[in-house]
Amino acid sequence: MHELAVTESILRIAEKHAIQEEAKKVTDLYLVIGNLSSIVDDSVVFYWEMLAQGTICEGSTIHFKRLPAKMLCLTCENIFELSGELIPCPNCSSFQLKIQSGEEFWLESIEIER
Amino acid sequence: MTIEKVQIVEKIFEANDQVAAQTQSLLSKNSVFSINIMASPGAGKTSVILKTIEKLSDKVRIAVIEGDTAPVTIDSDKVIAMGMPAVQINTGGQCHLDAVMIDRALKHLDLKNLDLIIVENVGNLICPASFKIGTHANVVISSIPEGDDKPYKYTNIYRGIDVLLINKIDLMPYIDFRMDYYQQGVEILNPGLTTFQVSCKTEEGFDNWISWLSTQVTEFKNRS
Repeated sequence: MHELAVTESILRIAEKHAIQEEAKKVTDLYLVIGNLSSIVDDSVVFYWEMLAQGTICEGSTIHFKRLPAKMLCLTCENIFELSGELIPCPNCSSFQLKIQSGEEFWLESIEIER
Repeated sequence: MTIEKVQIVEKIFEANDQVAAQTQSLLSKNSVFSINIMASPGAGKTSVILKTIEKLSDKVRIAVIEGDTAPVTIDSDKVIAMGMPAVQINTGGQCHLDAVMIDRALKHLDLKNLDLIIVENVGNLICPASFKIGTHANVVISSIPEGDDKPYKYTNIYRGIDVLLINKIDLMPYIDFRMDYYQQGVEILNPGLTTFQVSCKTEEGFDNWISWLSTQVTEFKNRS
């Protein structure tokens, strides 16, 4: 739902770096998103096509690198991945869990034409 | 024409986070404690705020910033009716408040004559979680009728908050809400989270929340 604001932010970051690098054009963007971040890829792409028009990023492609949501079980030390809602440890059913990763959200790199 | 890769690694929320940090230092400089209240629509954000004003306004100077997606003033009118300054933010359809909106809203408040600013975020369990607004404490209000599975489905909102209010506790006898199950989910996401079970209607547990908030405001004043 907040993908419009998020996509505007991606555009600002990409434009800033492209200008610093004296690029003529941005062709590709590489985003890193943890699976616990509430971001819908399709919505970002939808807004991207609209927002990038008339900018240095027009016509560029966004690539999504998804990182797994990893949980550590504090009872049996099992590490497992979440694919949806919070679940107990599949190994020992404990709910003594700690989030290890999955909350990442950054622009890793862009590809530019000079 | 050559294509060149440029390494960036910049957080998408970086610009917002920077404005939020500036807001927090402005508030701290003026010794104004601030809280950001997040919840789903109907959880009782406005009721908790009004009851908080009722209980605290004789000793704490309070202002409220109200966030709504549409140009409505229902909530801010209620605050003003209680004699407190209120600023209404219309987000124009956006599902959350962001740091820039708060920065603008603060210009309408006399910070020198305030002890506490309460921000009522847009009713939503997803988007407000991602956008820091610069407050000193983040609060989630959950309510019994929403069901006990919310921490399992809306994980982000429970991360990084400082206080949880479980509102409408008076409805426990009528609703199948497994408190243990709910709290187990919260514990995974935010271990040891300060939690108050309250009812705005019967006032059950409300004094515990007031006492916590009042202590924060006083300690904050003394520190700065």
